Amino acid sequence: MRIEPRENQSLGRLILALFLAVAAALSVCSLLILWSGASPVQGWLLMVKGALGSKFAISETLTRATPLIFTGLAAAVAFKAKLWNIGGEGQFYLGACMAILLGTDTGLSAWALIPWLFVAGALAGGLFLLVPTLLKTHMNVDEVVTTLLLNFVVLLFVNWLVFGPWKDPMSMGWPQSAPVVDAAALPVLLAKTRLHLGFVLGVGAAVLVWLFMERTVWGFEIRAVGHNPNASRFAGMPVNAVIVRTALISGGLAAMAGVSELLGVKGYLTTDLSPGFGYTGIVVAMLAALHPLGVVASALFVAMIYIGADSMSRAINISNYIADVTTAVSLLAVLCALFFTKYRIRRG
Amino acid sequence: MPMIKPVLSLSNITKTFGRVLANDQVSLDLFPGEIVALLGENGAGKTTLMSILFGHYLADQGEILVRGKALAQGSPRAALSAGVGMVHQHFTLAGNMSVLDNVILGTEPLWGLKTRRRKACKKLEGLMKQFGLKVDPHAQVSALSVGEQQRVEILKVLYRDASILILDEPTAVLTPQEADHLFATLNQLVKGGLSIIFITHKMREVMAASHRCVVLRQGRVVHETPTRDTSPEDLARHMVGQEVEKKARQKLIPGNEVLSLKNISLSGTAGKTGLEHLDLDLRGSEILGIAGVSGNGQSLLADIICGMTLPDKGDILVHGSPMAGPSPGAMVRAGLGRVPDDRTSTGLIADMNLMENMASETYKKMPFSRFGLLNFKAMEKETATRVKHFDVRCPGLNTVVRNLSGGNMQKLILARELSGKPGIILANQPTWGLDVGATAYVHDRLLEAAQNGAGVILISEDLDELFLVADRIQVMSQGHLSPAMDIDDVDREALGLIMAGQGETHAH
Repeated sequence: MRIEPRENQSLGRLILALFLAVAAALSVCSLLILWSGASPVQGWLLMVKGALGSKFAISETLTRATPLIFTGLAAAVAFKAKLWNIGGEGQFYLGACMAILLGTDTGLSAWALIPWLFVAGALAGGLFLLVPTLLKTHMNVDEVVTTLLLNFVVLLFVNWLVFGPWKDPMSMGWPQSAPVVDAAALPVLLAKTRLHLGFVLGVGAAVLVWLFMERTVWGFEIRAVGHNPNASRFAGMPVNAVIVRTALISGGLAAMAGVSELLGVKGYLTTDLSPGFGYTGIVVAMLAALHPLGVVASALFVAMIYIGADSMSRAINISNYIADVTTAVSLLAVLCALFFTKYRIRRG
Repeated sequence: MPMIKPVLSLSNITKTFGRVLANDQVSLDLFPGEIVALLGENGAGKTTLMSILFGHYLADQGEILVRGKALAQGSPRAALSAGVGMVHQHFTLAGNMSVLDNVILGTEPLWGLKTRRRKACKKLEGLMKQFGLKVDPHAQVSALSVGEQQRVEILKVLYRDASILILDEPTAVLTPQEADHLFATLNQLVKGGLSIIFITHKMREVMAASHRCVVLRQGRVVHETPTRDTSPEDLARHMVGQEVEKKARQKLIPGNEVLSLKNISLSGTAGKTGLEHLDLDLRGSEILGIAGVSGNGQSLLADIICGMTLPDKGDILVHGSPMAGPSPGAMVRAGLGRVPDDRTSTGLIADMNLMENMASETYKKMPFSRFGLLNFKAMEKETATRVKHFDVRCPGLNTVVRNLSGGNMQKLILARELSGKPGIILANQPTWGLDVGATAYVHDRLLEAAQNGAGVILISEDLDELFLVADRIQVMSQGHLSPAMDIDDVDREALGLIMAGQGETHAH
């Protein structure tokens, strides 16, 4: 048996491989459901019903997918340049912080205030990712370690904020900030649901990122540097500048997830604003094979699993950890499948 | 020595790769207690022969006998268990482990490691004493000098009870003092009953260390003689072969100086050769050949001209004016066409398609982009024209270039570099690994560019190639560049000696 590279890599084969991988992952997880004493068929049906069974269920899934689209895009852009930004979680919270800091009564209308908060949040997230990025480009410090550890720095900082200077005196002792002004709240798209404008912005961002990566010279530079920094430098591309630009975009997108979640769902800052959206964004990006439009699909898929698992676990008494297991197994299956889109096994 | 049987005997080994005959009826005997030097230029077939011995390749024909017994071909294990060991040019040591660990790694099973380690240490110390190879068995390998690391490599082979030792260019990484030390060690080893083949292209070492030498050229054994009956001059002549016919072409009248290097110096790092006081003047309508054995500073020279490395000292003048801040991009804008030696990792982005690679230097300009947006239609049209003009064979313009053959990759690079009609061209080993047809194609394109007024620097290890296309020639040896010589005024023997660091022009 030999492993050899394939001559051509078609988009059709890639999509087929992704679907087969997810199917394989769901079969493996079926065994787990079976093991815990329930029928997998019933389990999956309940899951789909929980995620898509009603207008409200769908709106919840879309709401959950919204921050995942942004953090998924953040990871996808950075990983395309082989900049391993694991700091989406920290950048998310920095975006949320900026929204609280600037989302006060400034007299600005919603039309001006909301874009301003997104821009300010994105700037904060991008500049924050610049620190580990410059350490990488100039001193060869591993950004996986630095971005990962900075997440905890930010989270502890937020902790200090909501227990200390930003603590809302009206919160009856809960560690949370005062809410943003009403003008900053993202409009709800569907009455009596939580689905907000952030979802539309996320999908719009995905389209823009896709066009940017595929159609512009800066996107071309990012892809080239990611494939081969040495040849890119030889061709005259400013490799370090390209990586810095990538960091600004990636950090900015992750921070926009925080802005969107804060303005669209909660309105105030707590330390549980994100149940790991930054980290799940990495899974979303990998499931999408780093394709910006694929990120929307995989964010919806992951959101479905999480929302659906909650209702399934209530109905047939299976731990909702099945959601984490399913996404994790899907990720592993997809990584294997991606390998086989690039290589094939031949006998002899 | 008709009475003594050879310990190792390769007979009539033939190996072809496609149309290239790498080994042609090669026979080689190694007698007990003997040091044989295997001599030849790059590409003469030395490495192929040794790879066949070690089972990495299957020979098309021929037989290998170790102490009279046939060796199973195509099995690396067979050679090792028959007592044939190899020390590679590039060490295969784990730097973060001790000498002892490196020696037993892969030799001893992992269970009962503690007791085995003690035994292994005793055996290792015994070997060190027996052959005078002094290294601290508990030292970390990364802390050792290059010479000491090589001793560890030799000990590794001895530890596996090898009695036939093959050394591939053992002095390439050593200082002259360390090399002398190595030769003393080799003598000690043969006194202890080993037999040694060492591969080299340096005449001094052949004379200093071997008993017998075998010269390979274009896959054939062209000369075999006891070392005491030969001279460096004699060996050089056999190594580089007879004069070849120069390509019939009109002599061009050289134009103005297009590129000059003035007193360029760059200090070497980690035991590698640096550059010392290089001077070079390239004129329009000429091909300036840079000859030399690899590893003498050619790649640094190429990096400096391409803008990839900044020299410590010296000036680069393009069309008479000094380059302020040389960078790859600045060099491209200054009108330099560059064909790097490494096609897949420097010249091309192997995972991107033909169009993207065609645009990789000029993507910011028309027709490839406008207002920062890529123009795919124009990219496709331009690439199609160039691919056709340069005869690049590909399944489609969307093909990832990794899937092209070496010759087509090189044509693609030429298509990118030469389509802009650059005034200066640097080609670093442009025909390395190409078949005869592709090689001729590359030569024709370079000649054509010179005809159209460009100045071409051709760095090559292949003297045949340089004699075929170059107008003038400079030789690199140990980081020095000889003065330029007219190609009609030099012969290969003299060049061979300068390359080997023995020529008169070589400044010490």
